[in-house]
Amino acid sequence: MSKERITGAEALMRSLEHQGVTTLFGYPGGSIMPAFDALYGHRQTLNHILVRHEQAAAHAAEGYARVSGRVGVCLVTSGPGATNTVTGIADAMIDSTPIVVIAGQVGTSFLGSDAFQEVDLVGVTQPISKWSYQIRRAEDVPMAVAKAFYIARSGRPGPVVLDFAKNAQVEMFDYEPVDIDYVRSYVPVPDTDEAAFDEAARLINAARRPFALVGQGVELGNAQEELLAFLEKADIPCGTTLLGLSAIPTDHRLNKGMLGMHGNLGPNVKTNECDVLIAVGMRFDDRVTGNVETYARQAKIIHLDIDPAEINKNVKVDVAVPGDCKHTLRCLTDRLCEAKHNDWIDSFKPYEEQEFARVIEQEVYPQEGPLKMGEVARAVSEATGNQAVLVTDVGQNQMLSARYFKYSRKRSIVTSGGLGTMGFGLPAAIGATFGTPERTVCAFMGDGGLQMSIQELGTIMEQRSPVKIILLNNNYLGNVRQWQAMFFGRRYSFTPMLNPDYMKIAEAYGIPSRVVERREDLAAGIEAMLAADGPFLLEVAVIEEGNVLPMTPPGGTVDEMLLEC
Amino acid sequence: MEKKLYTLIVYSENIAGLLNQVTAVFTRRQINIESLNVSASSIQGVHKYTITAWTDGETIVKVVRQIEKKIEVIQAHYFTDDEIFYHEIALYKLSTPKLESDAYISKVIRRYGASIVEVNPVYSIVKKTGMSDEITALNSELQSLGCVLQFVRSGRVAITKSCVERVNEFLAEREAKHLNNKHINNL
Repeated sequence: MSKERITGAEALMRSLEHQGVTTLFGYPGGSIMPAFDALYGHRQTLNHILVRHEQAAAHAAEGYARVSGRVGVCLVTSGPGATNTVTGIADAMIDSTPIVVIAGQVGTSFLGSDAFQEVDLVGVTQPISKWSYQIRRAEDVPMAVAKAFYIARSGRPGPVVLDFAKNAQVEMFDYEPVDIDYVRSYVPVPDTDEAAFDEAARLINAARRPFALVGQGVELGNAQEELLAFLEKADIPCGTTLLGLSAIPTDHRLNKGMLGMHGNLGPNVKTNECDVLIAVGMRFDDRVTGNVETYARQAKIIHLDIDPAEINKNVKVDVAVPGDCKHTLRCLTDRLCEAKHNDWIDSFKPYEEQEFARVIEQEVYPQEGPLKMGEVARAVSEATGNQAVLVTDVGQNQMLSARYFKYSRKRSIVTSGGLGTMGFGLPAAIGATFGTPERTVCAFMGDGGLQMSIQELGTIMEQRSPVKIILLNNNYLGNVRQWQAMFFGRRYSFTPMLNPDYMKIAEAYGIPSRVVERREDLAAGIEAMLAADGPFLLEVAVIEEGNVLPMTPPGGTVDEMLLEC
Repeated sequence: MEKKLYTLIVYSENIAGLLNQVTAVFTRRQINIESLNVSASSIQGVHKYTITAWTDGETIVKVVRQIEKKIEVIQAHYFTDDEIFYHEIALYKLSTPKLESDAYISKVIRRYGASIVEVNPVYSIVKKTGMSDEITALNSELQSLGCVLQFVRSGRVAITKSCVERVNEFLAEREAKHLNNKHINNL
């Protein structure tokens, strides 16, 4: 191929195109102007979404990546532009989301001099990114971009930062596209020992009460079918993590619900009753395990994970099966005997009935009193035929929409699990509408979280991005208020929230909206929201002091969930 | 769990900023680094870190895995003292008048196998290589004789007792596997 003499900035655009990028989220500024100038010439192929704050660019890239499986891309300036993306980078790191953040940087001759809008971005992001690299010369651009995308999407995915010095953007060099699928010091997928499969299969085949924990790794590895084949062959019931909720359809016979602090009663209790516990692409987060000293002590534990550093990190396991779960699940399924565990599977029922009677019935089917978050979530889900993508913010809106939404398709939940980032929901939902334009995207948020990213209504306005915003307004920072009620003697320290008139705000942005205050108006409100061609803000006035239940208190034991508080 | 002194040997690509990434793993878990030595390794372009730290057996495994996770780290391993040959070097700056007036000081220096590498009318430099304990012991003896002006010691350098050179093998294996994959893709 003949070489062409171009600038580093132009090379960035061509390298992005070479990676198959079609969409990027960003915000211009001084040190990234040459790149934005080059972008101007690539508007036909690179759809740039101008956000209203760089943090939103990072979250939008995450939302895009989570629904599509492709790498999300951000383009921002140096200094404050770059530091504003830091929350999104940390969020993507802990939730294994592949994004590439490209930030401007002052010219190399100014580095270290506290120049205008200079920040040591590589230093800042090293601990919270998978890889962080400074591009100091134009000729390094093709290599750096190729390596960034390869690292972001391979193995356990994660965020990559490219710190792009201004001189490298304007210098000329002979461009040639670069492909990278090998870095000698980086092993994206560890090898699996045959003996591990044999030992894991032996345990599962001998199990009388096997139980599987399904995490986001199944979605990231695109192993949803392999998971079903595995579970069905040996008749293994499972629970899912928050991020793994849509890895298996909600209504599948073997799906017993969500694990963890606000998960379902059955899967949490049964974690401490099973004889073999098989964890697939999940990392035994403390919100899942509660007190690890009392977690599944009776069980033999098998852990399938692509990241060797997760093995034995929080919970000691008996058999480690490192590798890509699409491959390891197949190998394991081949070694399994067909089995039936009817009695064991039936034993979840009493817990389901108990949870229904004491928690779900009043949350999802209340006959009187103020509207509940759970009933709103279920009603929205059903109105979409359980086909929509759920995007949540963080807090009660997150837990209750995640619990009561139903999932029938893969990659249908986008939520900030590990970092718990308020303000994540709205920009992530914008990203999701670009990642999967054919699907309905429902963004549940509270009055707290919406206001943390409320400027993104401007992005929605400009893009006509069809985000269906469901604002569950309880005039509180609800989750913190619930904890204050439970653990701090009802001292509501700075959790009541004085709210603006959201209808006026929506109107100012030209976004159609409606308030629902009464149960009998909910269905019509949802119908109007889904019928709207484009974005819609549905504000639902919900019970002010509602609680998320059931609950394993922090540090509690998984089989001792509270059903009321 | 019982704490022990572990020696970590880390091989990485030779790039700026990697030391930060390696030490950050210790900082995050609040583990003090006792000693640290960074230098070129016998493999071209590969750097070697030798780090010692007190911690327990479970933590050291987690630390090593977190370090190995860094993209540019090639391999990380941990060892106990019986699995490695290790050495430190120490320099002692002694007062020359005291050294000359007390013959016992020279005797001590010889007993420890240390050597005098510089003498001028004001001070003399004594060099000692060896195990941590010997270096400390020599220091205490010289201190008690009141002749030490300065004392410095290096971090530990260590070499494995194993007959297998894991890093060379790892890199060769990686290269072979990559070429093989390429070959399959081209078929």
